[in-house]
Amino acid sequence: MKFMVLQAYGGVTRDVPPMGEWTPEAIEAHIKFQKDLNAELQERGELVDAQGLATPELAKFVVSNGAAAPLVTDGPFPESKELLAGYRVIDVESTERALEIAAQVSAAPAHDGAPIEQSIEVRQVMGPPIED
Amino acid sequence: MRRAADNEDLLREAAPRVLAAVVRRFGDFADSEDAVQEAMVDASRQWPAQGTPENPVGWLIHVASRRMTDRIRSESARRGREDAVAADPTKRPEALPDHDDTLVLMFMCCHPALTPASAIALTLRAVAGLTTAEIGNAFLVPEATMAQRISRAKQSIKASPEPFRMPAGEERPERLRSVLRVIYLIFNEGYVTSSGPELARAELAAEAIRLARIARIALPEDPEVAGLLALMLLTDARRPARTDAAGKLIPLEEQDRSLWDRKAIDEGVALLADAVARGAVGEYQLQAAIAAEHAGAARAKDTDWREIFGLYGLLEKMTGNPMVALNRAIAAAMVDGPDAGLALLEDLDKPLDGHHRLHATRAHLLEMSGDVDAAIAEYGLAADRTNSTPEQHYLTTQAARLNTRRRSSSPQGD
Repeated sequence: MKFMVLQAYGGVTRDVPPMGEWTPEAIEAHIKFQKDLNAELQERGELVDAQGLATPELAKFVVSNGAAAPLVTDGPFPESKELLAGYRVIDVESTERALEIAAQVSAAPAHDGAPIEQSIEVRQVMGPPIED
Repeated sequence: MRRAADNEDLLREAAPRVLAAVVRRFGDFADSEDAVQEAMVDASRQWPAQGTPENPVGWLIHVASRRMTDRIRSESARRGREDAVAADPTKRPEALPDHDDTLVLMFMCCHPALTPASAIALTLRAVAGLTTAEIGNAFLVPEATMAQRISRAKQSIKASPEPFRMPAGEERPERLRSVLRVIYLIFNEGYVTSSGPELARAELAAEAIRLARIARIALPEDPEVAGLLALMLLTDARRPARTDAAGKLIPLEEQDRSLWDRKAIDEGVALLADAVARGAVGEYQLQAAIAAEHAGAARAKDTDWREIFGLYGLLEKMTGNPMVALNRAIAAAMVDGPDAGLALLEDLDKPLDGHHRLHATRAHLLEMSGDVDAAIAEYGLAADRTNSTPEQHYLTTQAARLNTRRRSSSPQGD
């Protein structure tokens, strides 16, 4: 079963400052955690994709009626905390396993080394029709 | 009996020579490429069992040609006409050395009708002999998507009326520039990826160097070909020192120079000397000269920045490239202090507006000049704008480092 495991900019229930204000050691620990998790998922054959996205300040939003020139506006719109920071696509045996992985992502170390406790969105990816 | 890995290397080496011969004989680039791929598959299936033939390239040309004639015959039968193309004596392969054929192939793959991305994919497939899967993997694009990109590139060439030949007259230098640019783009893609988590794709860098070597064998007198090869060797020589075990980026001034590949540096320096001696200094030779200056410094503080500043000045005059101007500003700072560099950066606000490297460079110079607050802000802007994950980590860490220092040195109660 394929799932997207999504990290938005909001969803951090603890009081965590922006990463530029962490210590270098804390940053390194956080990055190492993400790398190690990807390696673990890769090794288990569960990792399909893992990417970070460019800053919301560079986000663009496009609306078109198919005829006139499209309307392009700069982000962050409408609420920057709803915008994606990054995602993983995983291929796992069950919903429970997907939630397990999301829990690991949620507990990545924050500026103080303790788990960041970010709210992680888990959405199943639609698949092909199930044959009878 | 050869090992499978030997056969694989053999096939990859043979690929462009076989393709060149078949295109020369039959004239249809796209179908020839398909036929050669089919012959390769036959070879990888039959050779392990039946043994590698005495003349592997000849075997492959023979099998690929047979597939071409089969295809032509079945198409003619469908059209209800006899087609004597395969027997046409005017299409028999001329007796040119193999490396010239490969060069002609490179010229074809860097056809002006192709976008850089298409030319790169086609060159890696037809000349470097990488599989579609390998190319897709290198560019983080699904194999099917990459296969389509290559297929469309082949069709673009097919649509052009150009026969299999070296471009003539004034076309040649321009096309050679295009070939060198494609090779350099492949190298850059391998040395520094523009997005995604991996910092270097060593295989692409090695392929680019191999392609430049092929070009050099075919054009031993061309100083820019030598210059490009020298530049890539000198740059790639630093790769072992560029990242730490965890994949973190280590800037040039902090690299452990004992890890640099001395053999590659020696070869690069020799190539550069040979190229420069021929006169007509071009942009790759200048870039190689700068790389050679760094390579020649035993320690970062031994670097001859004044010489580098002069070389960047020449390069900027030659190319007008704002990224070159950026590097010149860094060199200026190393010679005359950070304010000299920052002054030069002001001229780049327009051409490089919002570019992460402008912010990163400014941050570095501001830090050098002691303006910590401004440096932190610029590192933050740079981190936001870069497309490379390892670079983003590096820049964020620089901001964090200065933040930590600022916090610990500020008076209590702030």
